[in-house]
Amino acid sequence: MATPGTTAAPPSAPPARDRERPPRRGRTSLRHGRRDRISLALMLGVPAFLVIGLVWLPAAATVLLSFTRWDGIGGLDTIEWVGAQNYTDAFTLYPPFEPALRNNFVWLVFLFAVPTVLGMLFAVLLDRELRGGPLYQSVFYLPVVLSLALTGFIWQLIYSSDQGLLNAFLALVSDRPAVDWFGDPDINLYAVLVAAGWKHTGYIMLLYLAGLKAVDPSLREAAAIDGAGPVRTFTSVVFPALLPINVVVVVVTVIDALRAFDLVWIINRGRNGLELISALVTSNVIGEASRVGFGSALAVIMLAFSLVFIAIYVSTVLRGAQR
Amino acid sequence: MTATTLPAAHRRRIRPARAALHTFLLITALAWFFPVLWAVINSFRDYDYTTVHGYLSLGGFTLDNYADAWTQGEMPVYFANSLLITVPAVVLTLFLSSCAAFVLSNYSRRFNLVMLAVFLAANLLPPQALLVPLFRLYTSIRLPYWISESGSLYDSHMGIVLIHVAFQIGFCTFVLSNFMKAMPTSLLEAARVDGASVFQQYWKVVLPLCRPSLAALATLLVTWIYNDFFWALALLSSGDKMPITTALQNLQGTFFVDYNLLSAGSVIVALPTLIVFFLLQRHFVAGLTLGASKE
Repeated sequence: MATPGTTAAPPSAPPARDRERPPRRGRTSLRHGRRDRISLALMLGVPAFLVIGLVWLPAAATVLLSFTRWDGIGGLDTIEWVGAQNYTDAFTLYPPFEPALRNNFVWLVFLFAVPTVLGMLFAVLLDRELRGGPLYQSVFYLPVVLSLALTGFIWQLIYSSDQGLLNAFLALVSDRPAVDWFGDPDINLYAVLVAAGWKHTGYIMLLYLAGLKAVDPSLREAAAIDGAGPVRTFTSVVFPALLPINVVVVVVTVIDALRAFDLVWIINRGRNGLELISALVTSNVIGEASRVGFGSALAVIMLAFSLVFIAIYVSTVLRGAQR
Repeated sequence: MTATTLPAAHRRRIRPARAALHTFLLITALAWFFPVLWAVINSFRDYDYTTVHGYLSLGGFTLDNYADAWTQGEMPVYFANSLLITVPAVVLTLFLSSCAAFVLSNYSRRFNLVMLAVFLAANLLPPQALLVPLFRLYTSIRLPYWISESGSLYDSHMGIVLIHVAFQIGFCTFVLSNFMKAMPTSLLEAARVDGASVFQQYWKVVLPLCRPSLAALATLLVTWIYNDFFWALALLSSGDKMPITTALQNLQGTFFVDYNLLSAGSVIVALPTLIVFFLLQRHFVAGLTLGASKE
């Protein structure tokens, strides 16, 4: 019945219990025998090896490669150092770069303006005893389980210029020529963003629902006793208490906007109005003309933006975990 | 939990508001569900019928699209590929990240925060930023032919499994170490007194207690890894090794697209995640909000 039932609190122990525990353990490893020390080393070492070897070292290598010219096929000795040339080229000589930057920015603004706001609204509306609440909730987060690639295919059924629902409907109510929703470079970004937002909203809603459940009920009680209405209670009591969740939502949204790839790749490989940095990197690297150094420079630009927000995220959640 | 704390009088006053609320939610929910519903409806309709009568019509219902999508799209092969990637990747990720979390939460106090930051941040990097070196690395790591037909990590399922594991370890380690830190220390001490080795403490004492988080993480990992599109695109080259997400592109012809066939294909591809969604909803939601709700 109660809405909270379906989003049961995450199965981690309440922080209260955390505090009862003596603050310190550890240093026990000194008492361990050789075999135990080997198991400890392996248990941490193997995962660390994978993460560093397959994620961090390649990322560092990308930074190095971004200062080179290389076809990616010849041996490492064919790598030619060119300094910051790739970066200057990206900004001055590469026509799709500027639209890609702009589109990534539009993507970001849109994700904040529509799905994030809507997700928060849904969460606030559903965070109480409401008939049908769990059902609404399920419907809103259904798209979250579908892949972005699949989302692209599903929305093609609506957007297709000759067989899509939207044009079939528009043909009924007006006699204007069919619109090529995914093909027209003036509008396709916005058409795609509707599909991306459809998927993003449910995720944001879930994050806020979890966050709202963690807000101390006595805060709201106090606000109600002081005569605050629901809106006032939200703006001056609940929202400030949601600060950690807001940080997570901001970071998740920024990173999602930066990493956006599948949808535009499915539609037209990120060309003709759907340029995104991620798609430019991919086509420069695995496309016909393999321009490794240049593609890497684009990737480093992506990496630099994300690292700022990743650092904010990691420090926020780790500070939370420390308490 | 929260509504009950409001005074009863306050709740009665907002009745008309409640009706407006329900109307709003009903309309948005219908709009939200519509794209999926539309795909399902059209997957059951005959292509020739919809060409003649248009999509805004009724009739021409058939099951043929499913049979065609299944055979034309060579679905069994791609499903098998997805299974060969997803299952090992999920199991390995959970095993390795629970190992790391066990060590980080119980033993290596000094490295704890640094390692968690290194792991967690890796999970959030844009995959494109590692593409070139990874590609090079994968082609230069030779593997015996009985493991990989291509003779290298590139274009092998094992390579895809490894990159998924490397990416997902971060998030899972973080969640599991939070969970393990909240466990009473006396459990491990008792096991130690009984002479249990470190690995036995992990395997027999800690891991069974982590079952709820493992279940939540598993459902989440299944959907993420199953849904992956980018790594398969970048690190596989033979068409017959591709996972199911990329297979849909085969149903999309270059010159004309049978949208009813594509709908059926989409429904088939979505089915495993939809099953996870309906059967394991609670775990799935718990997984998505793990780590995020920590203040």
